Amino acid sequence: MAEAGEVKGEVKEVKKVATRTAYGKALVELGKVNPNVVVLDADLAKSTKSGDFMKAFPERFFEMGIAEQDMIGTAAGLAAAGKIPFASTFAVFAAGRVFDQVRQEIGYTKLNVKIGATHAGVTVGEDGASHQSVEDIALMRAIPNMTVIVPADAVETQKAVFAAAEYHGPVYLRMGREEVPVIFDEDYQFEMGKAVTLREGNDVTIIACGVMVAPALEASDELARDGISARVLNLHTIKPVDREAIEAAAKETGAIVTAEEHNIMGGLGSAVAEVVVSTMPVPVEMVGIKDVFGQSGKPAELLEHYGLTSGNIVEAAKRAIARKAAPAPSRSRRSRRQ
Amino acid sequence: MIEEKARRIRVDIIRAIGEAGSGHPGGSLSCADILAVLYFHAMRIDPKRPDWEDRDKFVMSKGHAAPALYAALAEAGYFPVEELLTLRKLGSRLQGHPDMKKTPGIEISTGSLGQGLSAANGMAIAAKLDKKDTRIYVLLGDGELEEGQVWEAAMTSVHRRLDNLMAFVDYNGLQIDGSIEDVKSLKAVGEKWRAFGWHVMGIDGHNIRQIMAAIDEAKQIRGKPTVAVAKTVKGKGVAFMEGGVDWHGKAPSRDQVYKALVELGERIVDGGGVVNG
Repeated sequence: MAEAGEVKGEVKEVKKVATRTAYGKALVELGKVNPNVVVLDADLAKSTKSGDFMKAFPERFFEMGIAEQDMIGTAAGLAAAGKIPFASTFAVFAAGRVFDQVRQEIGYTKLNVKIGATHAGVTVGEDGASHQSVEDIALMRAIPNMTVIVPADAVETQKAVFAAAEYHGPVYLRMGREEVPVIFDEDYQFEMGKAVTLREGNDVTIIACGVMVAPALEASDELARDGISARVLNLHTIKPVDREAIEAAAKETGAIVTAEEHNIMGGLGSAVAEVVVSTMPVPVEMVGIKDVFGQSGKPAELLEHYGLTSGNIVEAAKRAIARKAAPAPSRSRRSRRQ
Repeated sequence: MIEEKARRIRVDIIRAIGEAGSGHPGGSLSCADILAVLYFHAMRIDPKRPDWEDRDKFVMSKGHAAPALYAALAEAGYFPVEELLTLRKLGSRLQGHPDMKKTPGIEISTGSLGQGLSAANGMAIAAKLDKKDTRIYVLLGDGELEEGQVWEAAMTSVHRRLDNLMAFVDYNGLQIDGSIEDVKSLKAVGEKWRAFGWHVMGIDGHNIRQIMAAIDEAKQIRGKPTVAVAKTVKGKGVAFMEGGVDWHGKAPSRDQVYKALVELGERIVDGGGVVNG
């Protein structure tokens, strides 16, 4: 952990790398040091970047064809026999199409399977709603024994892949198609289940994951110009969630904004809210997809259209702060409504 | 010897399901002979060392036949036979469907149909990666073949040339909603497997010698997996259950348990206890 006051998490706009690209590279590095690692893909190896591993270790790569259910089951069998399989496909298939296989043969069995889910969220872009998973965090989070990780950049993805391999049990890794800013230095220490404080702040805490971490940092800078001190947490592990960091945020800043490229139902925002309401109820505003399916478009246009920008985070932060100051609704108003 | 083991498995199935008051007797009884041959003749196992790394492995893809698998495991010595009477009870190691985390000898949890062959493939691939001469056996239900994943997996077994894998289809012809023919006909099921590239055999699933011969033949096949489509009778061994679709998922009453055990050659003592015949 860095010392307080140290500048961390500067967005290096000049360098952008897709987390899926980092996934492919990390698998190759992992394959070099761990002979038990095997990789599977369902005819998307070029897109998920698991193809890098195929080239490096063809004998440990298994192309399963367009058969995701079989891929998950085969990965389970490999894990039962002591291998560490990384089963790779798009998030919409990895969590949705094979939910039953993941639940029955990976979650319930607590087998050592890692699911490398790329192309998550609306930033898949032009392929449209059929390929834009906005519910996968919710699905995976609801499976007992499942760990859910959403890396924010290429460096964090690399570290998360290694951490997942070291951890014995099911892990869902959610990555994106598009290039995103590199936030972390190479010497960044990733700890599963431990949120990273990217900015200190007193007035409000922005808790973000994945592609929304960079906009969260921008939002913090914008809020600073308005005299608002916003803490920024990178909650890369949605499950198990870092209760300590969330409780501290509620206690010390009194208002929370969550930001995720996912439905506001069941994802990061819900995970944070579950902690907040059970410990220290403070206003929570959620930036996310408002329970709708996506559509075709350019990734940046879609983020704008669905309200997933730094500007949206700034507005949400101001709303959260305003709610913090507002008196609770009076008894008479409540009774009138009924 | 094997016949006696098969009879004991049937007795255990009836006692366990009778005691539990729920369960799946029909499809458990139909695969009892195959399990008896696997666990008491074919498989290289050591019940005292369920995690022995050179063991052969069995996957019960039709997970609702758990009572047959539990009976085979108990008779083989993985856990006490009397524990079978805890089947489906709170806190028991013997869940309604096989749970690899709870019961010694269970290689993979099953219950959601259509998934066992994929897992068996994974185990067979791992054995080849590790250059082990172990063999993987998987038992599929006939109704289960209606699940598309089975055929995804069937392609994988052939594509990966998994000659260390043998599948059995417990072809008893009945599923919950009726006969396979009425619900969703599989038509020429052997031809389907053959078309996918498997070495296919048709056998009588209650003929011990035929089951043994099929396993021996599978061991000789190189470069492809083998499937034995085993014609069976649902509820086999208990006359009032045989061929009855109603006995898919219904427990026998106390009187029916008594009747079944007598038919299976058990001597009954007071209090419903059973003395080995």
